Amino acid sequence: MRKEYTFKILRYDPEKDRKPHYQSFPVPYQEGMTVLDGLLYIQYNLDGTLAFRNVCRAGVCGSCSMHINGRYRLACETQVSHVSRGSVVLRPMSNLPIAKDLISDMTKFWDKYRYIQPWLIAGKPAQENAEYTQSPDERANLDLIIDCTLCGICTQSCTVTATDEEYLGPAALLKAERFIADSRDSADFERLDLIDTEHGLWKCHTIYNCQLLCPKKINPTGSIKSLQRRIVHRYLAYNQPSGRD
Amino acid sequence: MKYHQAIVIGAGLAGLRAAVELNQNNIKVAVLSRVHPVRSHSLAAQGGINAALRNHPRGKADSPEKHAFDTVKGSDYLADQPAALKMTQEAPLRIREMENWGCPFSRTHEGLIAQRPFGGAGYPRTAYATDKTGHVLLHTLYEKAVQLEQASERENFVFYDEYFVIDLVINEGRCVGVVAMEMASGKLEVFRADAVMFATGGPGRMYANTTNGLISTGLGMAIPYRHGVPLKDMEFIQFHPTTLYGSNILMTEGCRGEGGFLTNDEGERFLANYPDSAVAMEVSPRDITSRNMAKEMLAGRGIGGKNYLHLDLRHLGEKKIMARLPGIRDIAMNFAGVDPITEPLPVQPGQHYTMGGISTDENCATVLPGFYAAGECTCISVHGANRLGGNSLLETIVFGTIGGRAMAEYITTAGAAKKSKAFEEAEAKVEKELSEMEGRTEGESFAEIKETMENTMTEKVFIFRDEEQLNEALSTIQELKERFKRVAFPGSGGSRIFNFGLYNIMDLGANLDAAECVVAGALNRTESRGSHFRNDYPKRDDANWLKHTLCHLEDEHPRIEYGEVTMGLWEPKERKY
Repeated sequence: MRKEYTFKILRYDPEKDRKPHYQSFPVPYQEGMTVLDGLLYIQYNLDGTLAFRNVCRAGVCGSCSMHINGRYRLACETQVSHVSRGSVVLRPMSNLPIAKDLISDMTKFWDKYRYIQPWLIAGKPAQENAEYTQSPDERANLDLIIDCTLCGICTQSCTVTATDEEYLGPAALLKAERFIADSRDSADFERLDLIDTEHGLWKCHTIYNCQLLCPKKINPTGSIKSLQRRIVHRYLAYNQPSGRD
Repeated sequence: MKYHQAIVIGAGLAGLRAAVELNQNNIKVAVLSRVHPVRSHSLAAQGGINAALRNHPRGKADSPEKHAFDTVKGSDYLADQPAALKMTQEAPLRIREMENWGCPFSRTHEGLIAQRPFGGAGYPRTAYATDKTGHVLLHTLYEKAVQLEQASERENFVFYDEYFVIDLVINEGRCVGVVAMEMASGKLEVFRADAVMFATGGPGRMYANTTNGLISTGLGMAIPYRHGVPLKDMEFIQFHPTTLYGSNILMTEGCRGEGGFLTNDEGERFLANYPDSAVAMEVSPRDITSRNMAKEMLAGRGIGGKNYLHLDLRHLGEKKIMARLPGIRDIAMNFAGVDPITEPLPVQPGQHYTMGGISTDENCATVLPGFYAAGECTCISVHGANRLGGNSLLETIVFGTIGGRAMAEYITTAGAAKKSKAFEEAEAKVEKELSEMEGRTEGESFAEIKETMENTMTEKVFIFRDEEQLNEALSTIQELKERFKRVAFPGSGGSRIFNFGLYNIMDLGANLDAAECVVAGALNRTESRGSHFRNDYPKRDDANWLKHTLCHLEDEHPRIEYGEVTMGLWEPKERKY
């Protein structure tokens, strides 16, 4: 078993550096060590200024998404021994500006989230102290979709997002599907209008990077295709001779 | 200097719910959080949230009063009964409101919110969304808040994401704002407000083996403590029975609520051998279950003689595990390499929750006018000496609402906070402290102080406590506090943009202050009650100890006073399950 790993990390401090550069740190190996453990070791012992986001260390908060040895992953649930025999290479998400070191400026990501109106728009007002009913089958339509932690890995790994920064991207579109698929929500048409746009859901090239890399094994491509079908069905329903006047 | 009528620090469930309530009471509110709201630690809650909804076939006779009784009994009679009743009476309303706002709860066949059995509860009253209840509640509440933010004109509802709050501003005995650092620029900003609420979570990181996330350091407890607001009942630390061996990640009580077994090295369901857990077995309250697990391991019946036991879910079958506990399976496979469908999970008790915290009344007000607190950082007290599973999420949304409403009333009567020199002075004080921190590159090792604190708490202030160990722990923590004054910044200072070295040092100082209160309170309390068990005083002693511990900071250390417990319908009795 190796006694030491090298963490090669992209560093960038906008106040000091003209451009990003890699810096290496030696990290003693312990069995079961995750990439996050290694980063914390560096921050606590070697360089307190090393910046990366972290909260739950249990794969549920979505903070520590970064590029780890060739692909996007969550640092907290990635064991160093699973990705490398000796060196761990880390850089932040690439489709967003670097705020510092491994921290991306996610403003644009959250703007897209806000754009799709991510809140329940119910058809009827709620009764005082009563829930909207929803059958277990209707609720099952939300399985997996609601597991999204908004870690951003899908959107970062999306090659369309890389070429069109206005593209809504898989995370925001998945969130749209989360409400459209909810039997309690009644704003399907409004939401479909929001995403049936130049930089909306037709931009998806069905590359499946988002599904491949999602830490929660969600399938945003499938959701985008389902939304596309809804738009086509809506178009057909309203444009056939027997449709509306 | 920025101004908002109300400022809420912390964007977990309690903070967001308070902000929504303030907005709905026409108060202009800003929410400051050191992490993006959906990263807040509330999301790590798994099992569920309690209310007498009466949706379960076996829960038709449930009521808020019965829920309150279970809460008080679970608290070993240290909870303030009117506050507990207030929480359980408002519980159904708040949970259905979360559903109305979109929370995707699991459902019964009638299409109602599904409920499951939990420890110490007379009926199945824990509402849940598989094993991701905290996650869906937090996302739903954030969605609601974003809706209000988007609808607001003239900055009625503003988020300041990634703002690190460092101190309070106090003028003429009233809390009138905060000093914060915008993490992305490293610049200090002073906020003026007519009232401030802290909803900043627990200090669990003082322990080596905790389920808490890395931001749960008690900074939000230490800041008001240093301004004269007492911390209450800090010695009552909840040790969750089932945390994953190795990483101490939470394995929800729902595992046992759904029928999971706890077994020892001989494959025996050992809880049957202890009188206090022989009847309720795996759904006994957390304090009792954790103690009996610890006894079992001390007797050498841990798995392979090691410090863990088995949580066996195999008999539930793949279908039920996938439907009710999918997140547990994911975590177990990713972090322990164990699939609960085919193998039992290795688990051990670990620090999970702090019943104590900032002392507040049942409207979340503190002794400092204009300063409110809600959620795990507070002690109202509704949990007393031991919290029931499913009551912490409930506390956040109920008392977030109540606290928000109380703040709105306060603001209406107290009026706007005046501008004063206090703001400049507070900023100057923070600036001086920060410069010292980042300038000290030689000195005591940060990592060593942190590790010693964590190990001391885990070794000496854990499930079984005694005078000798607590005395040792107290002197260690006090020695660490001295060393902390000379703590060196790891590496060299660097710019203030996302400077985690600074945040870590502030967190550690706070964590030490909170830890000292835990140890001092535990040392003084010569009885056993709820989660606090003294080997040298194994019985509850109502004659002398049916009272709240209050730690006041004096000459750098806690000075302990005691306060009355507000009783009500129920006289203290022996806890039997």
